[in-house]
Amino acid sequence: MTGYDWQRFTFTQRMWRFIAYLATVAVLVWAVSDLDIYWPWVKDAPVQIADLLGRMSPPKLTDLGQIGSALVETVHIATIATLLALLLAVPTAYIAARNTTPHPVLLWVGRFIVVSTRSVNTIIWALLFVAIFGPGVVAGILAIAFRSIGFVGKLMAEAIEEIDKRQVEAIQATGAGRAKVVLYGIVPQVLPAFLAVAILRWDINIRESTVLGLVGAGGIGLILQGAIDLFDWQTVATVLIAILGIVVIGEMVSAALRRRVL
Amino acid sequence: MSTVAQQGGRRWRKPPAIANPYARYALFAAVAAYLVWAVVSLELSWSRIMTGIPRAIQIFSRAFPPDFSRRGLMVDGFVESIQIALVATLLGVVLSLVLGILAARNVVPRAVYLVGRAIISIARSFHPVIVAIIFVKAVGFGPFAGILTLVIYSIGFVGKLMAEAIEEIDPGQVEAVRASGAGFFKVLAYAVFPQVLPRQVGLSIYQLDSNLRASAIVGIVGAGGIGGTLMNSFRRFDYDFSLAILIVMIVIILISEALSARIRGALT
Repeated sequence: MTGYDWQRFTFTQRMWRFIAYLATVAVLVWAVSDLDIYWPWVKDAPVQIADLLGRMSPPKLTDLGQIGSALVETVHIATIATLLALLLAVPTAYIAARNTTPHPVLLWVGRFIVVSTRSVNTIIWALLFVAIFGPGVVAGILAIAFRSIGFVGKLMAEAIEEIDKRQVEAIQATGAGRAKVVLYGIVPQVLPAFLAVAILRWDINIRESTVLGLVGAGGIGLILQGAIDLFDWQTVATVLIAILGIVVIGEMVSAALRRRVL
Repeated sequence: MSTVAQQGGRRWRKPPAIANPYARYALFAAVAAYLVWAVVSLELSWSRIMTGIPRAIQIFSRAFPPDFSRRGLMVDGFVESIQIALVATLLGVVLSLVLGILAARNVVPRAVYLVGRAIISIARSFHPVIVAIIFVKAVGFGPFAGILTLVIYSIGFVGKLMAEAIEEIDPGQVEAVRASGAGFFKVLAYAVFPQVLPRQVGLSIYQLDSNLRASAIVGIVGAGGIGGTLMNSFRRFDYDFSLAILIVMIVIILISEALSARIRGALT
């Protein structure tokens, strides 16, 4: 018994852990030393952040009306964009699901739409649409909608692929045409999943639509950008609190909706 | 052939989703009213949309074919984005473990739990671009602001799920270790961490993928990485270069997503 200490890991385990730690540290050292970081600013960062927070307080409460209407606009953008995205995502999901696609070529078209719209960030879509339609809510709605197509389309296509095909066969056996098979055999099976995805995306879109204004595409972000440009940090604080509020409310509403629907 | 429908003169109809007709029509009316209100208050202008179409054609014709010739700029930008994502994920994961403990009801006092929860909620509520713009103003342009942004972003996601994972651990193991006379930190190391470690590793790999996506855009507001290059090319109307950047971005995101899914699959 004497001279034996309990150890958590065997020698080999310890060596592997050591190698993993070493690799992590090596990656960290490589990345940090290669990055173009200006160290005096890093050293100064806590002071600067504290200074900024100091300038932000107390939040200015003079422009509440303007901020309120910008918040309403933000929610409108998110809602309309989500509806538009649903409209565009349903046919995309239909052709991007292996079991409903009318043709293999369309399957790949559908998948391409899903991948490309999902991988381009909202703010990049917004840049593009602002260049096309000029600054304003149209660009914002389209940006949010396009980004959502891929997300919603992917999840909906997965839901379609998981349906029970006996129900589809039963409807086909009654002599129903393709449209009726979809309406009575597929739609009832995927509707709960669709609604859940729509609610989830609406929640995400509220958060996303708060940044559109930074590139001129409408919503609360416009006021935020304006206040930052004017170094009006107290208004910035108010806007940030407002964004926090709207996002939390959106989360609560979507949680409540989800409970009702599912 | 005589069917029930013909006999009774009634045809089968699909049962409506909402059984109460008043509730159903009230819902339809509410949705319609909301849509009208939203569209009217947003002052969407149809003529603006129509004038945009020729401009869209112009932009797309300028974007094709994509211009991959300025490879150096592109490689620099993407390498910087990846480095930002790596550093931010490492820092973020360590911090979210700490915050995950602070926000887990079953291991810390209630006051600490509430503070931890509040920090995580705030970190989650703000879009990374908004966080980035604030950090750029606070600590200056460059990748450091990007790293701070993504650390916050990681805390919001990994921290929340870690806290939930810690709340679901088996209390028996905690009691057993505590009964052996272990202090708070030993309980964490020998009873809490071993139970949540697999989840933590999976979440970290997932977050690395998310951070890589986000690191590509924080540059738009000056926080380093490929986003800045993309923004500049767009501002200079070099749409062919912008398209090239976008294509590479999509490819990298797809590779990262596939790798991340495969690693997470192998771990579980």
